[in-house]
Amino acid sequence: MATAVKDDVKKRRSSQSRARTRLGGDSSIYVTIFVALIAVGLTLGPILFLGLGGFRTNGQIAEDPTGLPNPWVWQNYWDILTGSTFWEFTLNSAIISIATTAGVVLFGTMAAYPLARYSFRGREGVFLMFTAGLMFPLTVAIFPLFLLLQDLGLGGMWGLIIPQIAFALPVTVIIMRPFLAALPDELEEASFMDGLTRVGFFFRMVLPLARPGMVTVGVLAFLGSWNAYLLPLVMLTGRDAPTTLPLGVTQFQGQNAANFAGIMAYTFLAMIPALVFFLMMEKRIVDGLSGAVKG
Amino acid sequence: MTALEASGTGTGPATDAKASVAGSTPVTPAAYNPRRDRRRKWLEIVIFVGPALLLFLVFVIFPMIMAARYSLYKWDSRQPFELAEFIGFDNYTRALMGGTDPETKEIFWKAYAQPFWNAVGNNAQIIALSMLVQLPIAMIIALVLNRKFPGRSSVRLIIFAPYVLSEVVAGLMWLMLLDPRGPVTEMLAAIGISDPAGGWLEDPQAGFWTFFFIVSWKYIGLAIILFLAGLSGVPPELQEAASIDGASWWQVQWRINIPLIGPTVRVWAFLSIIGSIQLFDMAWVLNKGGSTGQYSTIATLMVDIGTQRNDGGYASALAIIMFIFSMVAAITYMTIVMRRDNGARAGKGA
Repeated sequence: MATAVKDDVKKRRSSQSRARTRLGGDSSIYVTIFVALIAVGLTLGPILFLGLGGFRTNGQIAEDPTGLPNPWVWQNYWDILTGSTFWEFTLNSAIISIATTAGVVLFGTMAAYPLARYSFRGREGVFLMFTAGLMFPLTVAIFPLFLLLQDLGLGGMWGLIIPQIAFALPVTVIIMRPFLAALPDELEEASFMDGLTRVGFFFRMVLPLARPGMVTVGVLAFLGSWNAYLLPLVMLTGRDAPTTLPLGVTQFQGQNAANFAGIMAYTFLAMIPALVFFLMMEKRIVDGLSGAVKG
Repeated sequence: MTALEASGTGTGPATDAKASVAGSTPVTPAAYNPRRDRRRKWLEIVIFVGPALLLFLVFVIFPMIMAARYSLYKWDSRQPFELAEFIGFDNYTRALMGGTDPETKEIFWKAYAQPFWNAVGNNAQIIALSMLVQLPIAMIIALVLNRKFPGRSSVRLIIFAPYVLSEVVAGLMWLMLLDPRGPVTEMLAAIGISDPAGGWLEDPQAGFWTFFFIVSWKYIGLAIILFLAGLSGVPPELQEAASIDGASWWQVQWRINIPLIGPTVRVWAFLSIIGSIQLFDMAWVLNKGGSTGQYSTIATLMVDIGTQRNDGGYASALAIIMFIFSMVAAITYMTIVMRRDNGARAGKGA
């Protein structure tokens, strides 16, 4: 029962929410709106407060911590946006996240293809190993990984990109395999009849058809990499590596501990790229997460 | 395409050996072109799976194995990350039981076992509170919001937003807002709630609860969105039929909606438990678990020891203990709680 229901979720989600009945009568809509407003206030309130705090001076904040900017001061934001480090850190984060995402999607989809559509000895073993990889968090392996990367001379951005790809592969392979397995066999037979090799089939048919799955996996990989903290934190000790945005924010906070308003502005600016990305990709992220949960 | 093939062949030998170990007598696929050469097929498999498998083995599996190995060694603290001496399970017994130093006869319960068990207790409390506090709140919000109302999609969007923020910026934001001279303190003071002596985060008692509040702020949106996604899959006919039969709103939720999104809830709980065991970023950003470890976790303890005290052996032992906790929790949960969901799925023949 529950399983049958679950399978229909994607197809019926939009039509159903429109058709949802008003259970419990009309006046209860106010309860709903009340709960929604509280939830929105608790979520958005702190973020807005942070953003507004950036428009104040330290003097204003010390005098009246809860007040609104009066007058509005643009200096904090201006200083950060005209300084070099914020843009440098953002660019570093962007390069690392894009490279990580590309690697995860490419290698993950490639690996999932034979695991989904070839039959060979050891296939389930390899898949099981990737599955087990879900249980191996970066946290557990962080120090040996640090030593390994040092031994291999993988510093700088590669020292972040390559391990991030490796650790994102398990979830990618697990999401992509059923996706690729669901492509109809007839398509493959027809392609072979038309003279495509299996490799050709992968590039000409699988990659275009699997794009929705790849976007989902890619979005999750991008967010994971963009928000990563532990790996940059450990990798950046005592070396001249590129600082990422999350690490840059903590550095700014450490160096400007007394500059309350400045930290608020910096932190708020650091939130914006992720929030914009989220607004663009909201549906993909939610579908990806609920898909991963259901799968 | 050329770069792709180059990387494939470049990683060929290592994985080829691996693959031939895994399957010495490859089976020709009957469904596909039967004339295709077996060698050709294996080459394709190696090209496709090779890069991913190589990355995975080198950067995930190998460090995991090394962590297990390092955990049996004593480190030379003067030379960071240098193995000094094989000491068996000493690092583990230190964490679990404390013990005495063979040279100085000093009892180091305080130095090792006490912070460890404190962190384990914090991790355990976060797991328990996630189930007892976050789950009911998220469920109620999801059930109430599971209907049509003005601005619904914007509300869902906003509730979910904290989940996509990095823990670092979310943590720093709360650090600012909760500062003893900050806005939250002032606002609460205005309604008669005075801040604890050391501030909301630093207080030995209140600190943990403040931390749990911040973690909940960050992660409850995920639960709500997942539950709402599950609820949108419940057939409206069921709810209509029940309400026509005279069931109250609450009865419809309790008898129909909650049971039907059971699988979603159980998977969320699974993710939450594993996430709670491995919690690191947020606690680290907020003053490294607190000055008295009031919200330290096994992971913050591990990173603290690994980076500040350069005791990689002991840090590795903590990493392995954390891994074992995750593993045991995962296996226990899957066999006891999620078995029926998997059974249902298998029964469907998926």
